Amino acid sequence: MQEKIALTGNEAMALAMKQINPDVVAAYPITPATEIVQIFSDYVSNGLVKTEFVTVESEHSAMSATLGASASGVRAMTATSSQGLAFMWEVLYIAASYQLPIVMPVVNRALSGPINIHGDHSDTMGARDSGWLQIYSENTQEAYDNLIQAVRIAEHPDVLLPTMVMMDGFIISHAMENLEILSDQDVQKFVGEFKHHRPALLDLDNPITVGPLALYDYYMEFKRQQAEAMRTCKPVILQVAQEYAELTGRKYGLYEGYKLDDADLAIVVLSSTAGTAKVVVDELREQGVKAGLLKLRVFRPFPYEELAQALSGRKAIAVLDRADGFSAFGGALFNEIRSAMYDVKDRPLIVDYIFGLGGRDVNLDHIRKVYADLAEIAKTGQAAQLVSYLGVRE
Amino acid sequence: MAKLLEIRWHGRGGQGAKTAAQLLAEAASSVGKYIQGFPEYGPERMGAPVLAFTRISDEPIRVHCHVTEPQYVVVLDPSLLLRGDVTAGVPEDGIILINTDRSPTEMRKAMRLTGRKVFTVNASRIAEETIGRPIPNTPLMGALIKVTGLMALGDLLADTEQRLAKKFADRPQIVEGNLNAVRRAYEEVQGE
Repeated sequence: MQEKIALTGNEAMALAMKQINPDVVAAYPITPATEIVQIFSDYVSNGLVKTEFVTVESEHSAMSATLGASASGVRAMTATSSQGLAFMWEVLYIAASYQLPIVMPVVNRALSGPINIHGDHSDTMGARDSGWLQIYSENTQEAYDNLIQAVRIAEHPDVLLPTMVMMDGFIISHAMENLEILSDQDVQKFVGEFKHHRPALLDLDNPITVGPLALYDYYMEFKRQQAEAMRTCKPVILQVAQEYAELTGRKYGLYEGYKLDDADLAIVVLSSTAGTAKVVVDELREQGVKAGLLKLRVFRPFPYEELAQALSGRKAIAVLDRADGFSAFGGALFNEIRSAMYDVKDRPLIVDYIFGLGGRDVNLDHIRKVYADLAEIAKTGQAAQLVSYLGVRE
Repeated sequence: MAKLLEIRWHGRGGQGAKTAAQLLAEAASSVGKYIQGFPEYGPERMGAPVLAFTRISDEPIRVHCHVTEPQYVVVLDPSLLLRGDVTAGVPEDGIILINTDRSPTEMRKAMRLTGRKVFTVNASRIAEETIGRPIPNTPLMGALIKVTGLMALGDLLADTEQRLAKKFADRPQIVEGNLNAVRRAYEEVQGE
């Protein structure tokens, strides 16, 4: 039984955390993610969750405490954004290397400088190689659904990797939207009791050494195992999505194709901008233009085979990156999509647009321009520029 | 109303523009509409100009960009008419609802406005008399649904009561004051 309500993205994430009812939450507030832990701390004070809530003095400590809790064999969560995520950096890698199934909402916000509080993906794109799974959400409904699924994915014995679930700062975190929510009982049943798939790393009765020195003798074997967990977790993500669809009727995959199957012109994008782009796709379809969209949901692991299959047969593709890679060759999504398409026969032309930095608005006209550019690229068979910037003063 | 309806709220920090944008969205959601309600976040502080937005539709709302061409504009503080253009992007048949003690005709003249429909209501005075504080946001919701036919007064009152009762559980007189403010502005709003 689901209930239709109106919530902001932060309220939806906090509600999902309440329904997950983790054993430990250690957190430090940061705009625009503050409300998630603020609302959650109300649940704690009001006795609505069993969670031990640890207030810490920084995000570095938040991730360290969450890591410690998780290593002791309980379900542990935190939440953050932007500089907070950056401050967690070194501990993110350690959580992944211990293969701890920590789940963390991240509200995407631009990294300083200049200081900015609005949504872009520079924070989590910076953390893309930290060994965490990354799942991006288009709206409040997806943020809620993804967080609940993330618990099952992260804790699966074939995965055991920390997972971050993203939504765009302010655009989603502070926007009230309609969504359908599950009952507390249904969420509890779906996520299940925290299971010990292996002995806890920190166990007073069976003490072992954790985080030892591993030099060129063993470090590489640790990393190889971590890479293998990331390489093999796609079936688990799909299995959890399948079970979630049976419960809610809402279907998720590694990506969402929107009018993509017969599209000549396709945009690839993450998160809230996908919604805006869908409106333009509908508009262009009415005009007889074969436009389509691929919204990537799971960026880590990167589903390169599935993407190559979904995008082959298109004539021209524009990747929209909400973070610059500062490599002088576009954003991370562009580079990985291009790499995924390398083995495709008759591969389409692929261009990149850096957009929406620091929350810069991307509206219907911006998206229309991208599709118009793609039509020209498809027609002429060449792109004037591989990487360009959308909606910037130059 | 299959078409997407967009509302822009012009206020000053502390007047409750964001709250009104979201309360109206929640109320519309409670009668089965699809909604978005969000503020524009800048360097907020008490008294600084702020914007908030409401989107309402019969269809799921997918756009996630700013509202630039609102059919309805609500001005919570008439001093905002002196700076910037509250009518920017508003279509010819759009509605401008202003919190002021002056008449719509006077306001149209003062704003040198052509086209659009102007409505006024003294929401600050109504709030002062019903809630005890000149916070004009809830009365303006009442006036707005009257002049736009967005939803029934009863539906707005029912949902607003439920929301405010949660927030002011220990102060029922605030809830009652706000509901009276909505009712009075619904009655007192004037057109041209």
